[in-house]
Amino acid sequence: MSALEIITAGPLTSVQDFGRFGAQRYGLAPSGAMDRLSLAAANALVGNPLSAPAIEIGPIKTVLKAHGGSLCVALAGALRFAHRGDDLCPLYRTFLLRDGEVLTLDAARKGVFSYLAIAGALQGEAVFGSFSVNARAGLGSPVPRSLQSGNRLEFENAEASRELSRSMVPPVFGEGAIRTVAGPQFDEFGASAKTFFDSPWQISPASDRMGYRLEGPRLTHAGNFNIVSDGTVDGSIQIVGNGQPIVLMKDRGTTGGYPKIATIISADFGRFAQTRPRHTLRFEMIDVTTAQQEARAFHALLHSLLESIRTDA
Amino acid sequence: MTAHATRPPRILPCGDSALAVEFGTGMEVESNRRVLALDRALKQAAITGVSEAVPTYRSLLVHYDPLTLGFSELSDRLSALLDEAQPVEGIGRHWRIPVVYGGAFGLDLETVAAAHGITPDELIRRHSAPRYEVAMLGFTPGFSYLRGLDPTIATPRRSEPRLETPAGTISIGGAQAALQCLAGPSGWHLLGRTPVRTFQPQRDPVFLIEPGDTVTFMQIDAAEFERLERMAERGDIVAEKLA
Repeated sequence: MSALEIITAGPLTSVQDFGRFGAQRYGLAPSGAMDRLSLAAANALVGNPLSAPAIEIGPIKTVLKAHGGSLCVALAGALRFAHRGDDLCPLYRTFLLRDGEVLTLDAARKGVFSYLAIAGALQGEAVFGSFSVNARAGLGSPVPRSLQSGNRLEFENAEASRELSRSMVPPVFGEGAIRTVAGPQFDEFGASAKTFFDSPWQISPASDRMGYRLEGPRLTHAGNFNIVSDGTVDGSIQIVGNGQPIVLMKDRGTTGGYPKIATIISADFGRFAQTRPRHTLRFEMIDVTTAQQEARAFHALLHSLLESIRTDA
Repeated sequence: MTAHATRPPRILPCGDSALAVEFGTGMEVESNRRVLALDRALKQAAITGVSEAVPTYRSLLVHYDPLTLGFSELSDRLSALLDEAQPVEGIGRHWRIPVVYGGAFGLDLETVAAAHGITPDELIRRHSAPRYEVAMLGFTPGFSYLRGLDPTIATPRRSEPRLETPAGTISIGGAQAALQCLAGPSGWHLLGRTPVRTFQPQRDPVFLIEPGDTVTFMQIDAAEFERLERMAERGDIVAEKLA
């Protein structure tokens, strides 16, 4: 059994997979990777299932150490320098972390979240089919909260795949405006709906896995800003009492009492999640049929990761 | 025609992977009954591509896989189900929930009683008399919104929410009552605490209460709370299932 020890980690570092489904009716958010495409890329490289649990690492410098044997790992997602001692470790390529070696990830330069996948089975126990951490609910495995220094993750059969030497061209995220589908409470906004789609928005530093706050022109509700709570989804854009949007992310409340002007399409959710605080973005409206075509294209992109892997000589 | 057919619900897209079937915008009993009826009909229909549903007071959120099922196709299936789904009462199980009222367990008991010009004992009597229906669970795991509060003790929310309230808090806010499982912020009035965990990750079942179940409260004293609390910590279900 090989293990990975957390030496230092920022607050946004936790084990995540594709999420926990089936318990939203009881108030339990799905959680899961903020950027599924990058998680899937890291997993594909080390030969794990695309949806397997990996370490989601926030933008702050993070240091990890291998114990008890070699680990074959791959990094995907945010652009940042990673090194073992003096050796730079490339992104989107497998490399070995030998017993006692330390892996340092400098602060992210572009994007927010990195994904470190480790070949072999992470030891833990799934709840509702998932290892994903939901810190508020005290759920997640093997550590039911964000990772902290001293935590150790164990991997079974990690050494079996030590010979892996693979790379891939980083998958291309879309560009331009973040695409949304109007509603479900689009009608509550009158003229402010046009303002929402016409204006640039900045992501506030006061953002986390529950929600990203946006700053921009003040929107007004046609009626009351309190509605009788109804269900939320990943990417629900609710407009709170001060006229500013909060985009609900993976650890969202499963129901909410603010009107939701639009919903980010699933294909653009990861790109939005990787947008850094203080960066400016715009939203665009597309119809449901187009959004569902994009969802199918995104699914095809995820699975094309497997074909894009090169075995390096 | 039955009442449920009088107003057709709206089907609203929530992105590309979910939709909401909205029966109303308020907290009417009728809307909630129709939500719960559709929830059950949907479960029985077991439509391929539907992954889960979230019932609320006024709408049913349906999560689905757009690779399997398009928005208009699912809308059609749901419209057909709506014609079959008959709202019925008393669909769930009935739980008796022990509560220790007042003091450190229910910081707002005395002020709420005073606001209504009644004694704390009378407030407890009125709060524990009804058989509440679980309208929905939401926001945090196991947080149960209860319908059926005696209107004579309805109380506007606190102007300043508390940043932290204990696990197991029993509270009222406006015309609603709630049973809160985890510690968390709340602007509602705290009347008491229960040792019952509606969500406990290591227990089977992880979640105790379903939307559509009914709940009655039973007053216990602090010593009984401590005894049941220890049992609950070990994973015992200390709520009594009456039906």
